[in-house]
Amino acid sequence: MMRKIVLAAALAIFSLPALAATQGEAEAALEAAQAAEAQALAAKAAWTPTEAALKKAGAALEAGEWDEAKAQADAALALARLSLEQASEQKTLWRNAVFR
Amino acid sequence: MITTKPRHARAILRIAACVLLLAAPARASEASADKPNPEMDRKAFQAFFFAKFPRVAKDEFGNGPYAVNEGVRKQWKEIMEFPPYEFALDDGKAEWVKPFANGKHYADCFDNKGEGVRQTYPRFIRETGQVETLEGAINRCRVENGEKPLEPMTGLMASLTAVMAESSQGKPFAITIPDDPRALNAYERGKEFFYTRKGQLGVSCASCHMSPAGERMRGDILAPALGILAAMPIYRSDWGAMGTTIRRISTCSSQTRAVPLAADDEDYRNLEYFLSYMSNGIPIVGPGTRP
Repeated sequence: MMRKIVLAAALAIFSLPALAATQGEAEAALEAAQAAEAQALAAKAAWTPTEAALKKAGAALEAGEWDEAKAQADAALALARLSLEQASEQKTLWRNAVFR
Repeated sequence: MITTKPRHARAILRIAACVLLLAAPARASEASADKPNPEMDRKAFQAFFFAKFPRVAKDEFGNGPYAVNEGVRKQWKEIMEFPPYEFALDDGKAEWVKPFANGKHYADCFDNKGEGVRQTYPRFIRETGQVETLEGAINRCRVENGEKPLEPMTGLMASLTAVMAESSQGKPFAITIPDDPRALNAYERGKEFFYTRKGQLGVSCASCHMSPAGERMRGDILAPALGILAAMPIYRSDWGAMGTTIRRISTCSSQTRAVPLAADDEDYRNLEYFLSYMSNGIPIVGPGTRP
């Protein structure tokens, strides 16, 4: 019984910092997302939901909500990467859609 | 050392000649498939729509959804008893005759004083090596005469293009692609934009305006790509205002959840060049109305 209590306490202690994002982590996530979105904009491949997620991440960062800021920034990064992937694939795939 | 008997050498030469002869036409057809052929594209493009809508007259395609759906056509006929673009047209006519500060007019910037020329836009301009839209030509006219350019999507610009469209009604699109590799490249880039899937929804212009044309997307009837720009500029109920071609294209971008490009972006101009060329032969019906 005592082993179980110790194990549960250890798990609780070690998992808490993993759940909460720090200011540094949120800022780093936002920076990475902004860089990826800048690439997408330069490639004329950006998506509006990415812009919306970046805006929310910036607002959360200003409000000191690090978890929310990091979550939104991570979502923006994923969307920006997908938009770049789409643009890259479509560079050749568009030809398959042409009516002949 | 490998030696080849004369008989074997002749056989090898014959085989090599056959391989070369068979491969040559294949390479030639690959090369011709890669080289842009706007006229061949236009014929295939138009044939697709004529086959899809056999009961729609060629001259009707400029009316978009109203050409292919009887229900919305009835509503449109009623709307056209008092066309919602009339006020904009009046504003445009007043602006058209108003002299610039230097005493010159818009008419001085265009062929035939701007009367009945809308069907020849967009144009490829040799000096810049780029495509110029009607809105671009109007703003160039203003700047060359010492005036500030107009906002290209709505307001006075839409009113001026409405005046030019009205004077061109019934004239078929007559877009030219000069024998210039830059013009062909602009056409090809426009074609690429039309068929490229974009935005989070992953759809292209063609995804909505080719095969699904005439079908419903939520409350709207999708307009056929053929003649889709012939009614521009349009009064769109959704906007509650007039808009130019570029406003409509920009709205389409947003609807696919893509970040719209700048109004005068080269990609948008090239798209308009491609789409207008595809509609060569379809009469101008603008200004128009859309839901």
